[in-house]
Amino acid sequence: MRTLARTLSLMRKELASYFAGPLVYVVIGAFLCVTGLQFYTTLNSFVTIGFGLNILEHFWEEFFNNSIAFYLLIVVPLFTMRLLAEERRLGTIELLYTYPLRDREIMLGKFLACLLVFLLFVACTLLYPAIVYAIQPFDPRPFVARYLGTVLFLASCIACGLFISSLTDSQLIASSCTFIVLLLFWILTWNEAAVNGSLVTVLSQISTFDHFHTFSTGVIDVKDCLYFAFFIGLFLFLTLRSMESRQWRGRR
Amino acid sequence: MIAVEGLVKDFGRTRAVAGVTFHVAAGEIMGLLGPNGSGKTTIMRVLTGFFPPSEGRVSIDGIDVERDPLAVRERIGYLPENVVLYPDLTVTRFLRFCAEVKGVPAASRRARLDEVMAACGLTEVAGKLIGKLSKGYRQRVGIAQALMHRPRVLILDEPTVGLDPRQIIEIRSLIKSLAGETTVLLSTHILPEVSMTCSRVMIIDYGRIIAEDTADGLSQRVRGSNETRVRVAGPRAEVLAALRGAPGVEDLREEPLDDGAITAVVRSARGDELRRELATTVVGRGWGLLEMRSLPMSLEDLFVRLVREERDAAA
Repeated sequence: MRTLARTLSLMRKELASYFAGPLVYVVIGAFLCVTGLQFYTTLNSFVTIGFGLNILEHFWEEFFNNSIAFYLLIVVPLFTMRLLAEERRLGTIELLYTYPLRDREIMLGKFLACLLVFLLFVACTLLYPAIVYAIQPFDPRPFVARYLGTVLFLASCIACGLFISSLTDSQLIASSCTFIVLLLFWILTWNEAAVNGSLVTVLSQISTFDHFHTFSTGVIDVKDCLYFAFFIGLFLFLTLRSMESRQWRGRR
Repeated sequence: MIAVEGLVKDFGRTRAVAGVTFHVAAGEIMGLLGPNGSGKTTIMRVLTGFFPPSEGRVSIDGIDVERDPLAVRERIGYLPENVVLYPDLTVTRFLRFCAEVKGVPAASRRARLDEVMAACGLTEVAGKLIGKLSKGYRQRVGIAQALMHRPRVLILDEPTVGLDPRQIIEIRSLIKSLAGETTVLLSTHILPEVSMTCSRVMIIDYGRIIAEDTADGLSQRVRGSNETRVRVAGPRAEVLAALRGAPGVEDLREEPLDDGAITAVVRSARGDELRRELATTVVGRGWGLLEMRSLPMSLEDLFVRLVREERDAAA
């Protein structure tokens, strides 16, 4: 019970820090501008040109893959870079490490705070299906899969960003490295023609894009859920180990 | 309350703390004195469980720091050196976070927050962002967060650095008011601070304790080695010879001030008070005694002497 209380208390402190500055508002604004523009142009081209029988389903698949998920991937490093790197640079990590807090409470509090901020982003994107629904009602059930996929993908990106933020005290390094790693996992199978068949099979098991893709078509596959759960778990585990390394490295 | 046995801390090849043993009884205020880089901060960080010792055992309230760090951290309040806090939180928000994390019960949290802020003089800046506060106020926020959960042990790394004289007095009396109830370990490099607040003092150099004494004992040592500065109008060579020959004088050095008078700093052999003898010497020969002042020993002097004694003992 105390563990939960302390984790939530740290989470609230992180949220207070996030909302103290204009970063969240500015980035949400920019995010909505870009995805809004993509929404309009993509929907327009799908309606004009067609692309097969089920225009709307294909549109949403395309929109979630190439707009929502991709722009979230770009934005996540901006929010994860400060999580531990800033505490280390400021030295406030010394306070946290000497408060009655377990490492995993610190880590989870930070992870959850960042995830909550991004749920705000995701909530804003509900606007797009709502607009379409107002014009032409559709079956909303595939959106359960799409949004579940989005949240899982987001949590994976945040876990990865949190880990990288624990390795350095430079926010610039943390954000650029996180972006590169996330992008790499995303585009692993983009050029399928360039690698041979068996390698593509392996890569598609690792790539975040391929697993997210299933969700974007409106399907929930346990395999993909497990993949993201493993991804999140792995990076949270690595973060804990990295935080513990102060025990034997000596310096903070 | 605080027990440190044979503490050693290495950073790679550097030995920051080289075998330190001390005990602090409950309710005592112990001062840790030493120059920068002497290992004060490292000792404190080991005590807080920030990092483990390389060798030796450290326990607080009977609890081994390595075995149960969480229980130890619940019992201590720690003010780190160069206190750094979250610049983007307000004072109240940050202190509320401390109260929550340190387990101040929700029912009394509000009252405790007001109480601590009043005690540290923070009430008027409660709503301000910490990043916008002056260094003095930030230092007080640092002390407030350490006090928040009424810890049994307070570990304060240079608590009065960056404060103005009035604030220093306030913080010292705040620390003194905790004596008896709270055990305090504080580090400083200001000697008067130690004698004013602490009941016992340890002097640390190169990761070793080179002296441990009560505050009074330390002041005694300092007082016992006065130097006296005399300014005399008279023939230079004779004056210097006479002063050097005065009873009890061990050493003399001349301060070259080009103002016609002779200025000399005289040190006594056993820490005797020499002003009477010096005055008799000068006046008895008909020279003019222009000025005479005893120079209190500074921490630097004491420190240098202790280090010298230590080396002599080793040799």
